[in-house]
Amino acid sequence: MAIQRKSNIHIMDGNQAAAIAARLSRVQVVAAYPITPQTPLTEQLSLFVESGELKAEYVAVESEHSALAVCTSASIVGARAFTATSAHGLAYMHEMLHWAAGARLPIVLACVNRAIGAPWNVLNDQQDSIAQRDTGWIQIYCRNNQEILDTVIQAFRIAEQVYVPVMVCYDGYILSHTEMPVDIPDQADVDKYLPPYKPHTTLDPANPKNYNLVTLADPRVGVEGKLCHGYMELRYLLQEALQNSRETILDAGQEFNKIFGRDYARMFWEDRNEDAEITIVAMGSLAMEAIVAADMLREEGIKVGVLGLRVFRPFPKADVVRVLRKSKLIVVFDKNISYGSEGATCSEIKSALYGTYINASIRNFIVGLGGRDVKARELADATRKAIASLKETVINPDYPEWICQI
Amino acid sequence: MGTRECNHICDESSPGIGEAGSTGEWRTNMPVIDETKCTASKLNKPTCFLCWLYCPEAVMTKGIPPSINLLYCKGCGICAQVCPVQAITMAPEKKNL
Amino acid sequence: MYPITAVNVPCVNTPFASTGASATGLVAGLKALGRKGITVLAFAGDGGTYDIGIQSLSGAAERQMDFIYVCYDNEGYMNTGNQRSGSTPLGAVSGTTPVLGKQQYQKDMTAIMEAHGLPYVATCSASFPLDLYEKVKKARTIEGTRFIHIQTPCPPGWLFPFSDTIKIGELAVETGLVVLYEIEDGIFRLTSMSESVASKGTQLRPVREYFNHQGRFKTITEEQIDELQEWVTTRWKHFLHRATHA
Repeated sequence: MAIQRKSNIHIMDGNQAAAIAARLSRVQVVAAYPITPQTPLTEQLSLFVESGELKAEYVAVESEHSALAVCTSASIVGARAFTATSAHGLAYMHEMLHWAAGARLPIVLACVNRAIGAPWNVLNDQQDSIAQRDTGWIQIYCRNNQEILDTVIQAFRIAEQVYVPVMVCYDGYILSHTEMPVDIPDQADVDKYLPPYKPHTTLDPANPKNYNLVTLADPRVGVEGKLCHGYMELRYLLQEALQNSRETILDAGQEFNKIFGRDYARMFWEDRNEDAEITIVAMGSLAMEAIVAADMLREEGIKVGVLGLRVFRPFPKADVVRVLRKSKLIVVFDKNISYGSEGATCSEIKSALYGTYINASIRNFIVGLGGRDVKARELADATRKAIASLKETVINPDYPEWICQI
Repeated sequence: MGTRECNHICDESSPGIGEAGSTGEWRTNMPVIDETKCTASKLNKPTCFLCWLYCPEAVMTKGIPPSINLLYCKGCGICAQVCPVQAITMAPEKKNL
Repeated sequence: MYPITAVNVPCVNTPFASTGASATGLVAGLKALGRKGITVLAFAGDGGTYDIGIQSLSGAAERQMDFIYVCYDNEGYMNTGNQRSGSTPLGAVSGTTPVLGKQQYQKDMTAIMEAHGLPYVATCSASFPLDLYEKVKKARTIEGTRFIHIQTPCPPGWLFPFSDTIKIGELAVETGLVVLYEIEDGIFRLTSMSESVASKGTQLRPVREYFNHQGRFKTITEEQIDELQEWVTTRWKHFLHRATHA
């Protein structure tokens, strides 16, 4: 299908791309607290609001906990709400992350991935958002600045269809502070793509509902005589919403392609998996690095493909299995670690493969923590090492290897 | 029949009678109004109503004499204390006798 | 309790630390949507105001968010069964000051809120409902962050008979441990019983009377009582001075 639109390419960093996306999404309330490396995003949004380019309330809160509390309340009265943070800020939001998801409020949060202390470190890894994976948010990871802009817009569409908040994650500095060409869509097209927010709650004095009261474990009959949920049924509905959100995510990607000519109808990115015997798995900007590593290995005649994870929650188990069916070796690179276990994406891959006929060996490498540079050559080296290890054992090691100098 | 029929996707509550906390069985004393002493009754006009004003459970009505919703009354005795003419006494619950 | 509520105005429950920010979000959301004529009222206890919630309240007040904040102060974490809070008075026994009683003074939360330059702050007592009514009514007509503090005696936590609730609240005011006042646009005014004690020039009752009526002060020492009496006397003089030089 031919796309009849002119490109409008500007050179910008990831934070600018996210800010422009929030503006194009016509957010109505923004509440954020500056934290490195997210800070320029908050400044850009304040500028949009103060200059009148964005008609919204910008609340310069005193903490991240309050930032998300403002967004939850704004969302509950029916406003489209956006916030952004990194690392310690996201950790500080933890309580409110649960609250926003539990109250089913379609807030969009840009998480500029950064390492968490102690010790202090302002550079990139993905420990911050991975540590929040169980809060009930949809998590989408971006590989470049165009994806940041496009994903924030899609995130509102997804969130407001399934009433689940969406976290758009992108790597600090590697994307947030690196300038790349980004095609800015027309406002009219975005308006066509993203209809106004239809809240499921409005807080109307004429119809006085109360939200988030104490809820018992067992169901209880309401004023209309109907049996209403217990705590567990409400939790089930959140899980069900995430389980079923795959279709909405794919549809949002497909519709995006129809209007903007960029195809996001996918849960992850693929590169040369058709004939791959070895698959490299990585998430975020690391997935781009993995493609370069695959190039190097292909030159040596090694049949390598790449699975670049995009949607981490809901985790696309069935899709992953389909792609990995020919793999003999899966090499998973994680910019996070579940201490005492392994990288989070590695656990997900293993979990997806359990009970299938796929009997590939899996090797997990922890890389790039606290901004440690990850070179494509290092990913290729690690993959060669993983291939060599198969001669010794096909059994998967209990724990990951770390690419560091200890 | 499951709970889906309530159509709630989050914890959404509607106002309803009975949620303020009916007292149950544990109250030991209940207020009794002596109409011959109650100012509003004696003057036969809507006046005083300190019992209504101070009742923490809002179970008093501004009637002549004031009436008490014993379903919610906790028997705290504040009404008896604030009554300027000692028209309210706290009587032991019959079931406890 | 879900799915039925006793509250027939729209209401959101929020985590403890977030009351000020949650009220901010309602104000911001309503404003963004152009929904006018709705008063946002935030309600929190002394724990949620003095302690875990002070950050979000202070942030909202500094931003002059347009809502009324009511602190319902029963001087302890009563929801969890009476542990000390920043509002528990010196000498009071609680679940977490079980033997010696609290060794510190109460935080002066209303003064802290006044220092934010709010258009309206007021202290109230559950024992003086008409004074409370007037203050809330006035607060409704003012724009910006309005702070109303209500001392609310708690029989099981403070260890006195339920029927004495009003009396204990009155004693707090009569002894000067609680002073009823309001500050509107910086103008200080004593109200209700505090105002009548001041205008009649009568003496405050000794603080000892207040302590004697409550089991929570069973371990308070003579030194602490003297210290608190001196503190009350000095503070009362300060308030009298403010009232006459307003």
